[in-house]
Amino acid sequence: MRTLLFLLRKEFLQIFRNKLILRLIFVMPVFQLLLLPYAANYEMKNILLSVVDHDHSEYSRKMVDKITASGYFKLVNVSQTYDDALKLIEKDKADLILEIPQNFEKDLIREDQTMVMISANAINGQTAGLAVSYSNSIIRDFINDISAEWIQQPRLNPQPLIEVTSSNWFNPQMNYKYFIVPGVLALLVTLVGFILTSLNIVKEKEAGTIEQLNVTPIKKYQFILGKLIPFWILGMVVLSIGFLVSFLFYGIFPAGSLVVGFLFAGIYLIALLGFGLLTSTFAESQQQAMFVAYFFMMIFVLLGGLFAPIENMPDWAKYLTYINPVGYLIDAMRMLILKGSSFWDLRMHFLIVLGFAVLFNTLAILNYKKTT
Amino acid sequence: MKQLLTFIKKEFHHILRDTRSLLVLLALPIVQLLIFGFAITNEIRNSNIAILDNAKDETTQKIITKIENSKYFDIDRTLTTNNQIEEAFKSGKIKLAVVFQTNFQNVLAHTNKAQVQIIADATDPNQATTLANYANAIIMDYQNDLNETNKPPYTISAEIRMLYNPELKGAYSSVPGVMGMILLLISTMMTSISIVKEKELGTMEILLVSPIKPLMIILSKVVPYFVISLVNIATILLLSVFVLGMPIQGSLFLLIVVTVLYLICALSLGILISTVTESQLAAMLLSLLGLMLPVVMLSGYAFPIANMPVVLQALSNIVPAKWYIILVKSVMIKGLGLSAIWNEVLILTAMTIFFLFVSLKRFKIRLQ
Amino acid sequence: MTQKEIVIKTNKLTKKFGDFIAANEITFEVYKGEIFGFLGANGAGKTTAMKMLIGISKPSYGYAQIAGYDVYKETELIKKNIGYMSQKFSLYEDLTIKENIHLFGGIYGLSEEQIKTKREALIDKLDLHSQADKLVASLPLGWKQKLAFSIAIVHKPKIIFLDEPTGGVDPITRRQFWDMIYEAAANGITVFVTTHYMDEAEYCNRVSIMVDGVIQAIDSPDGLKRKYNAQSMEEVFLMLARGAKRGE
Repeated sequence: MRTLLFLLRKEFLQIFRNKLILRLIFVMPVFQLLLLPYAANYEMKNILLSVVDHDHSEYSRKMVDKITASGYFKLVNVSQTYDDALKLIEKDKADLILEIPQNFEKDLIREDQTMVMISANAINGQTAGLAVSYSNSIIRDFINDISAEWIQQPRLNPQPLIEVTSSNWFNPQMNYKYFIVPGVLALLVTLVGFILTSLNIVKEKEAGTIEQLNVTPIKKYQFILGKLIPFWILGMVVLSIGFLVSFLFYGIFPAGSLVVGFLFAGIYLIALLGFGLLTSTFAESQQQAMFVAYFFMMIFVLLGGLFAPIENMPDWAKYLTYINPVGYLIDAMRMLILKGSSFWDLRMHFLIVLGFAVLFNTLAILNYKKTT
Repeated sequence: MKQLLTFIKKEFHHILRDTRSLLVLLALPIVQLLIFGFAITNEIRNSNIAILDNAKDETTQKIITKIENSKYFDIDRTLTTNNQIEEAFKSGKIKLAVVFQTNFQNVLAHTNKAQVQIIADATDPNQATTLANYANAIIMDYQNDLNETNKPPYTISAEIRMLYNPELKGAYSSVPGVMGMILLLISTMMTSISIVKEKELGTMEILLVSPIKPLMIILSKVVPYFVISLVNIATILLLSVFVLGMPIQGSLFLLIVVTVLYLICALSLGILISTVTESQLAAMLLSLLGLMLPVVMLSGYAFPIANMPVVLQALSNIVPAKWYIILVKSVMIKGLGLSAIWNEVLILTAMTIFFLFVSLKRFKIRLQ
Repeated sequence: MTQKEIVIKTNKLTKKFGDFIAANEITFEVYKGEIFGFLGANGAGKTTAMKMLIGISKPSYGYAQIAGYDVYKETELIKKNIGYMSQKFSLYEDLTIKENIHLFGGIYGLSEEQIKTKREALIDKLDLHSQADKLVASLPLGWKQKLAFSIAIVHKPKIIFLDEPTGGVDPITRRQFWDMIYEAAANGITVFVTTHYMDEAEYCNRVSIMVDGVIQAIDSPDGLKRKYNAQSMEEVFLMLARGAKRGE
């Protein structure tokens, strides 16, 4: 026990001695947490619309007005020809082209049917699909308006109507930041903790100091604990600052228990740091540790559900997410912060992450060899 | 020149001897691209939902069957009371709950109006909106079936063209993003770390007192990683075309030229990082922690730049990946030529020159 | 001659790396309080052999007992009773002199009081008062080596293992270093030192000479010179090492 205290003291001295590293691990996450969530905005409010109106009629204008009044579209330009409009798409100055043919109005009045052409930049298939469906439904509304105006008589047989009411729980204002901030915070803490630990032991290998420790009677578990505890404390501090920033700047306060949140994050950190230390005991050089760390971080992050929901993934990828500690943290943070899930709701998360913590640290202790 | 070759050889030996690192460097782009190409999707499939059917009549049963048959939803559980809804959400199992009022069929038949409530887990607002819209559409579809005879007499049909990506494949937007991210992160990390490593181990001093020019030392460090990155580019392009089914609409040569330009830009950034750090840890923190999220979030890959606040739109301009992603989309997917992209090419070139200029200045200061 | 207490005893101690036999059936004894020189050219297997003795490398076969403890089963007990200083300087460069002393004192179980006394004595002896709160990284190499040695014996081990302790150090500092070794030996600490400086071999009570993983000779320096009819240890060494196949 006393030996451990000496090791802890040493580790802290080393951490606090390096001011640049300290600045990097505290300032960079805070800075990113303050800025980046503002970038996360999926809302489709400014679909850039270019109109090519060959008809120049009253109804073509009315339809365009209806589309721009919807709030989803921003009319950037009225082009003369389709090719002009296409140029805008090429330059990313427009997302959608609405081409109204000649005789649009005439056909509508005389034939009861007419047509338009909608062309979307579909490189991002998802947003293109949404943009098109928005424009479609506005056009449908437009035709309903016309019908009401032209027929002008009450419907003879009233139709059964299913009234669908939607409500959005846990985030009624649909604030995307509530969703993205906990995820970004989880990621930042993960990056900091993993980078620090994965490079740490191997750095002692490179410097030769580990050999000096290996000829002393310290126990393996003391050595690993001596590494784990300081970085755990550091991680918890970064996390607490992150919580504070989330509260002060985004007004995010956990709907659930703060204690449960810290408890979960605490266990998660033990698991994560254990994995970092394990990486470090395997690595032959810091450079190698770094690339391996980068490899795992990338996969953990991509499959962590921050940018794309796990539910949408194919089965093989879902199975991979079961062994991704980062995914559990992001999910638990969101459940706790937004839904107010209780310890009992999160019991499986707790159990699994605890399992990871035991597994990784045991492996790290076993893999740390006091022999060369 | 001969010395340079000797040095480059030495660096290659270092890299080739470390098989684990090499494996990571070469396998990572493949893994990442496959994950992006096949796993990361915002397409809704089989989302778990709960049903609370307070009516349990023929009509609600028909609607429920319709919901169940859609590819979007899996009915995870059937609830019996309102209180269970919150419970189901909190345990994190379901994303949406559909609640039918009591006596649904009778009410609908007699008053022509019955209620369905859709409750979405808006933790992820984007997902919630999409799911609610899909559920709504299914119910509306059912209603339209009921009202088959009463269609409005006028129609405007829309002829829809999905430009560049008629099948709406996800890869079209993810591949350029992945290329921008992988090349930048790997190249920056590799160069900054390999240079800082010599500083940390004290071998840099030895190199600096040798008769070789400092520029040559740096160059010899960068060349091997440049070669590795070229291999990565080849892998990414081959995978994109043959596995993910991406076209190369424009000139392959132009695509390679802009990619090499981007690569040089990333390597220069790595050199810059190496001149401002003294330890591998600091270099790693800067090039991974400092770049990863900003690149993902500000490059226009994950979120549209047009939606961002002005400050972030301005900030996105200094992210090299943003310009490269535009370039890849323009050349690879839109098939545009040099005349349409010279602006982005110029910006990336300017960035590269800036990085190298600052590095060189800092390097000289160190030497004095 | 009275019966001497044996503190290191090996019998056919061997280390193989695949087909390569780094240390081949090494057999020798070291007595309490003596300075034992473990000589050999680069690559002769000195470091490998030493690593087995200090318990950080498992022998392939053979037997060895250090301070009465078995190298297979009792490595942690061995570590309590020995000190070690390697050719690669291995104190923490980003800790101060005081902090390094405190750390290693603590690891070996010294009380705060003991550490403090030791620390003051050590700083006094090395005359490092003005440097005590400076980072080890800022010390010249010679001072680092002397400091590393002092820290390696801070817990008064029974045996101190020194692996090329004076590599790259100027002659004056080397001389001072050897004074420190004598002092330690006078205090009853057995010194086991590897070196390839043959003048240093003359300072030892007894030496062994290792060639290609095998101990070729073992005796006092004078005894060896007599046996090989040589003027200096240098000559003895050259005679024995001439047939060496391994090396740099």
